[in-house]
Amino acid sequence: MNRNRENPEVNAGSMADIAFLLLIFFLVTATIQTDVGLDRKLPPKETIPPPPVNERNIFRVSLNKNDELFVEDGIMELKDLKMAAMAFLDNGGIPKGNENHCGYCKGAGSPDASDNPIKAVISFNSNREASYGMYVSVQDALTAAYNELRNRESQRYYGKNYVDMEELYYSGEMSDGEKMDLQREIETIREMFPMKLSEAETISKLN
Amino acid sequence: MKSIRNYKKTQPAISTAALPDIVFILLFFFMTVTTIKSETLLVDNNLPQANQVKKLEKKDRVIEIYVGRPNQDLAKVLGSEPRIQLNNKIAHMNEVGPYVLQELAQKPDAIRNLVTVSLKVDKNVNVGVVSDIKEELRKVNLLKVNYTVFQGNSQ
Repeated sequence: MNRNRENPEVNAGSMADIAFLLLIFFLVTATIQTDVGLDRKLPPKETIPPPPVNERNIFRVSLNKNDELFVEDGIMELKDLKMAAMAFLDNGGIPKGNENHCGYCKGAGSPDASDNPIKAVISFNSNREASYGMYVSVQDALTAAYNELRNRESQRYYGKNYVDMEELYYSGEMSDGEKMDLQREIETIREMFPMKLSEAETISKLN
Repeated sequence: MKSIRNYKKTQPAISTAALPDIVFILLFFFMTVTTIKSETLLVDNNLPQANQVKKLEKKDRVIEIYVGRPNQDLAKVLGSEPRIQLNNKIAHMNEVGPYVLQELAQKPDAIRNLVTVSLKVDKNVNVGVVSDIKEELRKVNLLKVNYTVFQGNSQ
């Protein structure tokens, strides 16, 4: 009789175990997904044909069906592509004093490469049978070339990296005033090295 | 005096009553910050790697398209040619346009022009399939694409 009257407490010791089990279940099934990737903008469908571009302002990159990289008709290894693209963009072919001279370019000024980064176009063609992995690697290398040049100029002007500025801008953690300033800075740098990456129709399959 | 000495000698057990609460807080934290994989992948999806990446910040502004060879179970039925997966089912190339438009229609007006199409393409797929998809997207005037990758050194 005595035992019945005492009303024993419910043992909550195993509650923690149950909660741990649930926790582990969620840890295993869920993933903190932050997708990353290369952003591109496709050209609109109804375009006016682009004005003809001087051949020296075009940097031709292509992939054949065996994933071999061709740059300006010569074969090239992927690791050299970034430097080649930078040399092309940063060339500054117009001599000092002339119109359209690129004051901030540090390139060789070769007559075969671009006049001015604003005019320079990178044309990337890929065979339909090339692998997507290689395609992305090339896109990555070309983006790296642009980013490095943009970083260089933004370090010179604003003392910070262009990539960091962009990341900060998209994270949106700032007041409106700061955001406006940052946007202006980003646009200034973008105008210096506009990303003109043309991906005209891919080369059709060879039968 | 005697009673105080007695009290010191018997050490009370540490109360673990708050432990479940702490664990539950952890549990709720994980439940809120993580997303359970909603889509079951029907295709192999071994993304390529790249360095110069940007984050796809907001989930609600993204439409996903998976491309890859059918996974082992489906390979018997579908063969090993790369297939497109839209929202849990294998689809044909000409369904891509209608699908993205339908997804787009479900988004609020304010963010419609900010929507990005995330192309999650296996790295062994041919570029031809990807350029066909891009062509379909151009037809429906959805021009922001993201080649979704794993972050790392490329090849």
